[in-house]
Amino acid sequence: MKDPKNTRVVVGMSGGVDSSVAAYLLKEQGYDVIGIFMKNWDDTDEFGVCTATEDYEDVIRVANQIGIPYYAVNFEKEYWDKVFTYFLDEYKAGRTPNPDVMCNKEIKFKAFLDHALKLGADYLATGHYARVIVEDGETKMLRGVDSNKDQTYFLNQLSQDQISKVMFPLGHLTKPEVREIAKKAGLATANKKDSTGICFIGERNFKEFLSQYLPAQPGRMETLTGEYKGEHQGLMYYTIGQRHGLGIGGDGDPWFVVGKDLERNVLLVGQGFHNEALYSDAIIATKVSWVSNKEKPKEFRCTAKFRYRQPDNNVTVRLLDNDEVEVIFDEPIRAVTPGQAVVFYNGEECLGGGTIDKIFKNEKQLTYVG
Amino acid sequence: MNKYYADYAATSPIHPDVVEEMTEVMHHIYGNPSSIHAYGREARKIIDEARNVIAKSIHANFNEIIFTSGGTEADNMALIGTAYANKDKGKHIITTAIEHHAVLHTCEFLEQNGFEVTYLPVDKTGRVSVEDVKNALRDDTILVSVMFANNEVGTIQPIAEIGQLLSEHQAYFHTDAVQAYGLLPIDVKKMHIDLLSVSAHKINGPKGIGFLYENTGVRLQPYFYGGEQERKRRAGTENVPGIAGFKKAVEIIQKDRQKKYDFYEQLREKFIQRLKEESINFKINGSESNYLPHIINVSFPGTDVEAFLVNLDLEGISASSGSACTAGSLEPSHVLRAMYGSESDELFNSIRFSFGLGVTLEDVEDIAKITAKVVKRLTD
Repeated sequence: MKDPKNTRVVVGMSGGVDSSVAAYLLKEQGYDVIGIFMKNWDDTDEFGVCTATEDYEDVIRVANQIGIPYYAVNFEKEYWDKVFTYFLDEYKAGRTPNPDVMCNKEIKFKAFLDHALKLGADYLATGHYARVIVEDGETKMLRGVDSNKDQTYFLNQLSQDQISKVMFPLGHLTKPEVREIAKKAGLATANKKDSTGICFIGERNFKEFLSQYLPAQPGRMETLTGEYKGEHQGLMYYTIGQRHGLGIGGDGDPWFVVGKDLERNVLLVGQGFHNEALYSDAIIATKVSWVSNKEKPKEFRCTAKFRYRQPDNNVTVRLLDNDEVEVIFDEPIRAVTPGQAVVFYNGEECLGGGTIDKIFKNEKQLTYVG
Repeated sequence: MNKYYADYAATSPIHPDVVEEMTEVMHHIYGNPSSIHAYGREARKIIDEARNVIAKSIHANFNEIIFTSGGTEADNMALIGTAYANKDKGKHIITTAIEHHAVLHTCEFLEQNGFEVTYLPVDKTGRVSVEDVKNALRDDTILVSVMFANNEVGTIQPIAEIGQLLSEHQAYFHTDAVQAYGLLPIDVKKMHIDLLSVSAHKINGPKGIGFLYENTGVRLQPYFYGGEQERKRRAGTENVPGIAGFKKAVEIIQKDRQKKYDFYEQLREKFIQRLKEESINFKINGSESNYLPHIINVSFPGTDVEAFLVNLDLEGISASSGSACTAGSLEPSHVLRAMYGSESDELFNSIRFSFGLGVTLEDVEDIAKITAKVVKRLTD
């Protein structure tokens, strides 16, 4: 590796505390740091002021504090074509997409990485909680040390080619440590609230947002045995395992979404958090991508997460054709949801992941899940 | 690394003599020009002298100059002020698609408030046609606003011809001369201009000061209320040091105007010639006959403006795309869109270089060389 001062690192700065500290740490280490803000979504308030402006203002303040040049780049078109279109298509198909995974794969670590390379960058850095190491002649992605913040789940689609050009300066830190560094350095974003939710929706009402793009089709709620339980507002507003917003009263355990019948536009519900219908023991995942280029055994043991922040589950992975794998769980798992990511780990190492496509129990596909 | 400033159309360095003049005023003259004592009179004298110099620079009368905070305020005042003062005569306004946003966004505001605005197209060189102005004119047209020369591509508009045309019509004629002032001769009387906006910081003066020329008899509704400054057109204690600096900048810019103009022509030729020698693919956006010599807008096929500008900056060259930013990222230029259509490549691969005080022939050669290097890297 080159001397830091001859190593140009482009930091993706969002105006949040994490990427601010990432830029700060790299600068402290002596790298040739450039801060770049990505504008992926066009959104203006009633006075025509772009909502991204506030975040960019924070990037400017922090970049000036640190003493690095800052720029912005516009990927609205790429984001719309690659992420938002996928997002809507998945909802149309009754699934629950993960736009953050897609954004990392197609925008942050593709379009943005290309942009950084065009600026003569050696590396692209972000404020993700993950680690990158070089071992056995290749680059590996490890979980962030802060297990509560680890973001490898969202980075699972990154290839060897991508990950070898990436730095994650926060990977060895915990969130409280990051805040502390920001405070000590007096960074303008030190006390800024973390953003929540999907980036382009922000703090807004999710239903309202989605209804601007997809027509909501209200329909019936039924149990798996066909008992009518009321009306739903549109299948896309619900995800597997969800409890809130069903409005089914009565005695006994609370009601949960257990599935969707797209053809009949029926939301399938069941009683009890541990409702049997919510459990599955195997899946088929598609669009599987591995961080390593080395050939994988046809079958191997590892752990997996089926949603963000879920504890690891022991599984067996069998490679199928066409970037597909079969994943067999040691124990049944609740609310595995089509469209979400399945991500594989070997200890600290994130191996890669794919999209949850088909769900099985006792070797039978659970068609009601979607 | 050498640094090169090539964004004079965005703003220009303050001339040292202007700094000296302003410093002097700030040190010694602090009276309020409206006060009736010696300190006030001293300050008032500075403003009157400046008003005199500035009025003469465009062949206007002394009392036809209103000092503003800059070009944007002058544009706003001209458009909103005349629109509201003359709405009994009509609600139709004509402007062009290539105006500065200070005009365009003000027109949008007026549209939201019951006025009707016609946005005239331009040809591929960025020039509006007098014939189009004529055809757009209606009995209820109250204002025509056409910029003197465009800030992004430098194309000079047929101002005298439009003025002539409008001299027979009720509509007032406003021109945003922010980019042209100081480089082109302007005679508001001969050109039949009723309202004209100028900003000091484009001509090596300070930021935060400009003026609106208002032809005697123009009906203009003020929108700053307070004291009686600027003949009640623009209330608020005057920016005395700014006005003093503005005057000095005007005096300097007028001196050897033709010589400077000719030198900018030389810079332009040298720059283009040097780019040609580098055998890279490029094309000049704008007019070959009606242009401001110090603005050169160049399209480089196969490049992408965002990466291009950052690369230039990292190589020490400060240039611009000439268009607006939202949250720091570039929106495709409305000027290039008006010239070429919204799908054309020029919208995404054009850079504006603009030169001015202190730039040498060697500088533009270096800038061309470095630019060519970046083009080669980006199109590899």
